[in-house]
Amino acid sequence: MAKIDIGAVADDPLVREHRLKQQAAQEERRDAVVRIVRQTVTFALFLALLAGLYTGYKAFGQAIDDRQHDWAVVGSVLPRTDDLNMPPVSEIFGQFGETPGGQDQIYVKILFDEALFTLREAFAGFMVGLVIGMAIALALAQWRRLEQGLLPYVIASQTIPLIAIAPIIVIWGRKNFDIFPWEWQDWMSVSIIATYLTFFPVAVNGLRGLQSPRPENQELMESYAANWSQTLWRLRLPASLPYLFAALKIAATASIVGAIVGEISSGVSGGLGRRILSEAFNYTTGPDRLFASVLGAAVLGIFVFLVVTGVERLVVGRHSRGAAA
Amino acid sequence: MLAVLLAFALVAVSCGNDDDDVSEPAPAPATEAPAPATEAPAPEPTEAPAPAELVEVSLQLQWVPQSQFAGYFAARDLGFYEDVGLDVTIIDGAVDIVPATVLDSGAADFAISWVPRGLVPREEGLNITNIAQVFQRSGTLQVSFVEAGITGPADLEGKLVGNWGFGNEFELFAGLVSVGLDPQSDVTLVQQDFNMTALINGDIDAAQAMIYNEYAQVLETINPDTGELFQPEDLSVIDWNDVGTAMLQDAIWADADKLETDAEYRDIAVRFVEASLRGWIHCRDNFQQCVDIVVAASPPFGGPAHQAWMMNEINALIWPSPGGVGILDQGLYDQTIDVATSQGILQAAPDAGAFRRDIAEEAIANLEAAGHDVYGNDYARRTVEVKEGGN
Repeated sequence: MAKIDIGAVADDPLVREHRLKQQAAQEERRDAVVRIVRQTVTFALFLALLAGLYTGYKAFGQAIDDRQHDWAVVGSVLPRTDDLNMPPVSEIFGQFGETPGGQDQIYVKILFDEALFTLREAFAGFMVGLVIGMAIALALAQWRRLEQGLLPYVIASQTIPLIAIAPIIVIWGRKNFDIFPWEWQDWMSVSIIATYLTFFPVAVNGLRGLQSPRPENQELMESYAANWSQTLWRLRLPASLPYLFAALKIAATASIVGAIVGEISSGVSGGLGRRILSEAFNYTTGPDRLFASVLGAAVLGIFVFLVVTGVERLVVGRHSRGAAA
Repeated sequence: MLAVLLAFALVAVSCGNDDDDVSEPAPAPATEAPAPATEAPAPEPTEAPAPAELVEVSLQLQWVPQSQFAGYFAARDLGFYEDVGLDVTIIDGAVDIVPATVLDSGAADFAISWVPRGLVPREEGLNITNIAQVFQRSGTLQVSFVEAGITGPADLEGKLVGNWGFGNEFELFAGLVSVGLDPQSDVTLVQQDFNMTALINGDIDAAQAMIYNEYAQVLETINPDTGELFQPEDLSVIDWNDVGTAMLQDAIWADADKLETDAEYRDIAVRFVEASLRGWIHCRDNFQQCVDIVVAASPPFGGPAHQAWMMNEINALIWPSPGGVGILDQGLYDQTIDVATSQGILQAAPDAGAFRRDIAEEAIANLEAAGHDVYGNDYARRTVEVKEGGN
């Protein structure tokens, strides 16, 4: 604890409180910086460790000549270590700076543009999934009978494989979705696929969150003669936030997965999914590009996760501070 | 409910993104249907009829943009479709997209599909018909390294034989049967990715390959033993055209009933086929320009050198067209049906409505009248430089 300046005004309780608050805020900021630095360093070390393991295994496999199958596991159960099956880390990362034939941009810029395309699909799907998921959670929390009747179907909806519904949605979109005031685009069908993955965790966790206030809290609200919406806004929704954000972190990454799978199976002419598919076909002649494009998808997933975490810190952090005061 | 809510979110997205032009409502829906009367509450009698107005037409490809579809991209980009009054939207294929289904559902006006992949769903009740047989030959090969000693289908006995499944294995199976082998017991079938990694890894003895795609991928790969690209001499090829079990591939398909009942659709079909075939004639005579058009249609699978290889081989699958480009050859069709029925792919030979030649005949009559060579009898493959990675 830093020294507090003992001056004439220090005894004034108001000034004292103000200084303590300032100090607390300063410490919080410093903690945040330390935390971010520590997390970044840990992440970088973890990546370096992975790259080291990959390179080490590859060097080992090459040293024992895994094509001869002298070593039962290397090159049979574990992947073979030549450059076709395990391109060197340097080449994978070097790929980001290279310009593929027939293109006029370096690969990392191409991936960035594809990621924006995928992000748009995923974001639209995520927002719709959030609204639908919360609507379901509210309805189920309100009517317990509905919970018993409907929840099994909500769960069953997640057992339908995405690749089965993706082409159906795309064909519906092209043919039937003329009711909207804009022309239906294929990427919007991909958004529906992302929605399909995102509404579920929101609905299930949202329901738990809305039901999380203890009966005495509920009874207190009743004793204030609070109506349904007051109870919702002042008690149930705030109480559900930690549950909800846990769900949103899952939903955000799931929306990216949904968008990528949707792109692969539906023939949308853009996005990371399409790029990964294209690199898979060209794997024989350019294995490093497939690895690089998959890394791009991973970065996008981490990005949306971090965004949700940041929003959570803003919303829940402020809320708990407000509640403590 | 899902769709309506998505609508709101999409409005939100497009409002927050001002450089986003795709959400703007287009002047007319992409389908061929005439605008319903309710859409035009205020008639504008003063507006003169626009004779130059283009009819919107959509084409579903079997796969993503590559030289396999160069003729259609050329017809679009060089204005051949516009010349016949059409505004054509080309829809990419994908892993899960079956062109015949998309066509039948009405989500596309025309579709490109291999003949068996059109006939099988047709037998199951889809209302489609083959109106122009663009490819006169099959592009499917079974490729192995010469050391394996596989020169004909009989040599596949006891070998690890890669194939893609999903209807790509019919010619292989028929070829095995033709030399007395049972595909299920006399060879070991291996599900192969759509690339040649398994062959180069030595995981399979013979790999399925399209002459215009995967075969070239091997030639674009460095041979680890020599440090240079694999050479055609390193490879041994079984060509199903030579074995006699080849099946017809890329054809233009249309809605069968609509051709009978809707005179306007039939007229559009003739114009569409005419301009498409003109695109293919153009790609025969203007090789490099078509390669550039395909490479510009992003993102192509494989680089410019790969697309050049593919363009050359695709031309060789089309030209020469002895009966005229787009005219279905009865002998090859019968062979396709024989293979399909003997393999149990089709329960019975399809009825006469499975294809029609009148549309393509009208189209090439127009093309000949305009001075185009629709036979390509003197076509010869060019020599294309193979580059590492197809770049």
